[in-house]
Amino acid sequence: MMLIPCPHCGPRNETEFRYGGQAHVAYPRDPYALTDEQWGRYLFYRENPKGQFAERWVHTAGCRKWFNALRDTVTYEFLSTEATPGAAS
Amino acid sequence: MDDLRISPLQHLHHRLAEAGSDGPRGVRLRELAFSTQIGLRAEPGSAAHQRLAEVLGGLPGAVGETTGSPQQTATLWLAPDEFLTLAAPDSDHLLDQLKEALGDDPGQVVDLSANRTTVELIGGAARETLEKGVPADLHPRSFGIDQAVTTTLGPVPVLLWRTGENSFRVLLRSSYAEYLAHWLLDAVREFQVTS
Ligand SMILES: [Zn+2]
Repeated sequence: MMLIPCPHCGPRNETEFRYGGQAHVAYPRDPYALTDEQWGRYLFYRENPKGQFAERWVHTAGCRKWFNALRDTVTYEFLSTEATPGAAS
Repeated sequence: MDDLRISPLQHLHHRLAEAGSDGPRGVRLRELAFSTQIGLRAEPGSAAHQRLAEVLGGLPGAVGETTGSPQQTATLWLAPDEFLTLAAPDSDHLLDQLKEALGDDPGQVVDLSANRTTVELIGGAARETLEKGVPADLHPRSFGIDQAVTTTLGPVPVLLWRTGENSFRVLLRSSYAEYLAHWLLDAVREFQVTS
């Protein structure tokens, strides 16, 4: 069982969390200006690095807040977590 | 009205009572039904947060913290901007006071009283019973009196509140109550054997 450090609740079991994919994927400023290919890339294409990866996680069984995490995809180690701006801290 | 309402565990009250035992290795189970539960949301630092805190004599500021007292009105920390206030059954007056304190500001004051029921465990074996199914560290060095956490008991999401040296309250959603009561009845069986 992995311990994931929630920025609000501290270290908790991984079973309390859900994964939210790559972090910092901005919603297109004007979705109507995109081609179908660009929209498809926004919706479905994500990085898949070997090593450090910035991800979104949500503490579903705890404070229910989304936060950003930097995780090593090889070792699974959580290098850092930070509250998402807007989620009260 | 009172004789018309049926709590989620009413049909198991006698079994919960029978399953209990006293002494240093004993634990007693009972349902605390119909408590008033008020869900609060307000951003820390906002005027609404401050007004709600004034009504309640303070809002908890960090994970695990509670304010007030289990005997009267208490507020548990759920998230930085989310809290659960617990009070005696039918505390409509408190609900009105909190609604008034929030006013039209962003946030919420919602009567969630029917959402959860409460099972209380009291006795020398209360912690040991809970430790069979709670992944959170319940050792007194990390889970002190008046602390409360969101966690799981077996597979069931619960709020666990340590209200005294050997007393704990498990706040669970009513639809899981039947299952969890049977889970607890099973978990305390070993303590019924007196030596
Ligand atoms: Zn959390």
